[in-house]
Amino acid sequence: MSAEFHEHIVKSFDEEMSRLTGEIAAMGELAVKQLEAAMDALGKRDSKAAQRVADNDDALDAQEHQISDDVLRLLALRQPMARDLREILAALRIASDIERIGDYAANVAKRSMTLNLSAPVPLVGALAPMARMAGRLVHESMLAYTAHDAELAHAVWERDADLDTLYTTLFRELLTYMMEDARSITACTHLLFIAKNIERIGDHATNIAENIWFVVRGEPLNEPRTKQDETLDT
Amino acid sequence: MHAPPIPKPFDPMSVADDASPATATEPVIDIRNLSFYYGDFQALKDITLPLNRNEVTAFIGPSGCGKSTLLRVLNRIYDLYPRQRAEGEVVIDGRNILDARTDVNLLRARVGMVFQKPTPFPMSIYENIAFGIRLYEKLGKVEMDERIERALQRTSLWGEVKDKLRQSGISLSGGQQQRLCIARAIALNPEVLLLDEPTSALDPIATGRIEQLIEELKGDYTIVIVTHNMQQAARVSNRTAFLYMGELVEYGATAKIFTKPTKRQTEDYISGRFG
Repeated sequence: MSAEFHEHIVKSFDEEMSRLTGEIAAMGELAVKQLEAAMDALGKRDSKAAQRVADNDDALDAQEHQISDDVLRLLALRQPMARDLREILAALRIASDIERIGDYAANVAKRSMTLNLSAPVPLVGALAPMARMAGRLVHESMLAYTAHDAELAHAVWERDADLDTLYTTLFRELLTYMMEDARSITACTHLLFIAKNIERIGDHATNIAENIWFVVRGEPLNEPRTKQDETLDT
Repeated sequence: MHAPPIPKPFDPMSVADDASPATATEPVIDIRNLSFYYGDFQALKDITLPLNRNEVTAFIGPSGCGKSTLLRVLNRIYDLYPRQRAEGEVVIDGRNILDARTDVNLLRARVGMVFQKPTPFPMSIYENIAFGIRLYEKLGKVEMDERIERALQRTSLWGEVKDKLRQSGISLSGGQQQRLCIARAIALNPEVLLLDEPTSALDPIATGRIEQLIEELKGDYTIVIVTHNMQQAARVSNRTAFLYMGELVEYGATAKIFTKPTKRQTEDYISGRFG
């Protein structure tokens, strides 16, 4: 719990709460590493490394399972109230967002293995900055989570728009490329899916940010936000 | 790449999930085929239950289910009343305490009890604790002072009362009185502490302090608590026994009883669907 709150009279409750937040933070960092490793394997056309990323997704699933188990026990055995209650509900939701982020990272890895079966396509390089940005958003959402920093969470929430802009740009580029060279359609379609996966990771980072806001402020983050994904109109 | 290892599963109550009676520690008290009668009325029916060392076991169930009766058998408090009798065995350290030859005074020093309403004696805080010790031991002043300080430290009362040890125990707040009663019990170095609804007369903060105290004390004692408050049983105990109409319906790890009980009756009771 953050410094502004007193400890619970029953100390083991504090221990269990900090264990829960620690588990979430560890899970979030693992998801970021999975994304980085998947992108690394994609860039190096390393199918073995990609396979390892795909296999490693089980670890995230196990962590999510553990967290929901812990949440169940905390609700049943501690009867949390007020901020504790919000914290525990948020942990459940955030764990599920991180689990989805992990699924997208694993999917990137799997598609990279398929891409390795055909000739290299030049646009792969354009995905890297996008993935770096998505990874940073997830990482910073985890920092905001452990620090109970609603402002940082809000900043993450806003910056997802930049990721959407990158996605729209890449989407257009890939379309142009496919129109120019029909033989690249298979590979470019996979790249398109990869780009979409990364864009979705950003959306989950904003979900996490919204949950942090809810924990700290006790109200939903429902300001209007400009959506920068313009691929519907492209 | 290699992922960091998955964090170890955490168990808020630090006991195995499947609380088969044989897990972890050996029982301090082994209740075997215990039946209890108030005259012709059978209040407990063939109860078999181990109480594990350094754990908190909670007895829960609706009024009249036998949970307080079961607690009262464990230090033979029922002996004080006529026409009450127990059958079966309650084995402590290999000896059946229901045996007529048991020295009940020694038994009650080893199995201390704290009641629903705080019951300080109408004497000073110091004497409240010294009185019980003198029944069993002859201590010099220095030793006695030490023993009393230790008991008050252990119950987190020392800081609050060290300057007024000569004041009446009754002058303390309800929560402090209850901690004084716990100090009085542990000053005799018991193995087992029986708590009969120890917080039902206290406010939530004083209740929280007692619950924290229970958590601290379980390292040194085996604790049995009877509570009407199921949430309290969930918070403080390692294992829970659910009794209904004198029968033991279910016994298991508290985390399991309150998230996935085996018996339908237990589920109905803990989720407020009884009857």
